[in-house]
Amino acid sequence: MLVKSLVSVFLAAILTENYVLCKFLGICPFLGVSKKLNTAVGMSIAVTFVMVLATAVTFPIYQYLLVPNDLAYLQTIVFILIIAGLVQLVEIVLKKYIPALYQSLGVYLPLITTNCAILGVTMLVLQKVETTSLYTYTYGHALVNALGAGIGFLVAMVMFAGVRSRLESADVPKSLQGLPITLISASLVALSFLGFSGFVDKLIPLA
Amino acid sequence: MAEKKSYLQEFTKGIIKENPVLCLVLGTCPTLAVTTSASNAIGMGVAATAVLICSNAVISMLRKVIPDKVRIPAYITIIAGFVTIVQMIVKAFSPAINDSLGIFLPLIVVNCIILGRAEMYASKNPVFPSILDGLGMGVGFTAALLCMGIIREVLGSGSIFGIQVLPVQILIFILPPGGFFVFGILIALANKLNTKAGKKVVESPCQGCPMSKTCKSFECAKTDSENSDKEVAENAG
Repeated sequence: MLVKSLVSVFLAAILTENYVLCKFLGICPFLGVSKKLNTAVGMSIAVTFVMVLATAVTFPIYQYLLVPNDLAYLQTIVFILIIAGLVQLVEIVLKKYIPALYQSLGVYLPLITTNCAILGVTMLVLQKVETTSLYTYTYGHALVNALGAGIGFLVAMVMFAGVRSRLESADVPKSLQGLPITLISASLVALSFLGFSGFVDKLIPLA
Repeated sequence: MAEKKSYLQEFTKGIIKENPVLCLVLGTCPTLAVTTSASNAIGMGVAATAVLICSNAVISMLRKVIPDKVRIPAYITIIAGFVTIVQMIVKAFSPAINDSLGIFLPLIVVNCIILGRAEMYASKNPVFPSILDGLGMGVGFTAALLCMGIIREVLGSGSIFGIQVLPVQILIFILPPGGFFVFGILIALANKLNTKAGKKVVESPCQGCPMSKTCKSFECAKTDSENSDKEVAENAG
């Protein structure tokens, strides 16, 4: 049951609840950094890394520090500060100890603080704890959800980078050039993800 | 008199000339996510405007006190404080709007428009113009959201503000793909009008992004410099 629910959470985060295409979180990097495949992949890996790390820190802080002390209303301010601090810390640690990784991921890190997908993942997971009724939503589920959300971001970015490379050679009407045609192609990519609705529930029935 | 006119300009520039959504392409996430109906769009617009005015005022007051190195974390803390206040007020007085905006209410804290105005305007200008700037940008944001909200509600559920006006419903317009599509068409329209008026066309959301300075090392910087090269070439030609 536990493994089943973990797999279900993971697949749902990638396909049916894709944070970019179904929940509109992290649209700025999705539109801004998806021009080339390598930057898209680098950004996604950095986002995944920070998502998992941020959830690992914020989830216990909320459950065991804020809720017992009736401070749940401080969620927004506490979470954003934790994420900002964490990103700085990761940057410093990487720079000092793993310079090779810093070279490839470092440039994306300052951008991630204000990425709404990170804050969104850490907050939405807490709502799920309250609304999930078929099984108890544990710390493990939260981490798997964050990992899935990051991989979902990667999938969306890589797919979209492919679509955009095709757009480069397309003959687009003048008013639609640049951002408008990018948004319209994003709409088609999002449409394809609608096809996954109900997919995970059918594949892994939990009830 | 001259001063009065410039105050008026501070206010109106955010609505048309520098509309944060359609011309600067900031705050795309809430623009796409909450515009499934006109009333949601107004709720989001008003909440963001309130935060924008308050944070602009406070940041402008503290602009000489906040050290340059820690300014971004300081701004984020101030903004997060106001977002929490707005969140509590909305929860208390209008639980329905709180439910329909959901996660996007606390996410105002990472809305690029607010951090962007703090960084680009409030940190350099006195309090009163900053408040006007916040008000203008907020009204511009609300207007753009309302525009999207009305289009999507009319096409997607055949109603405006919940009042049925069309017999047909094209469900896709209130689903995520419809959001991307309507936004794309609206920006194309804004581009068309801007090119007619001889203004710059938006190419990437990075242009107006408050973080573009910190990510100079890659793509944003490149598109920026490409654009400025193009401008230089155009001016020379």
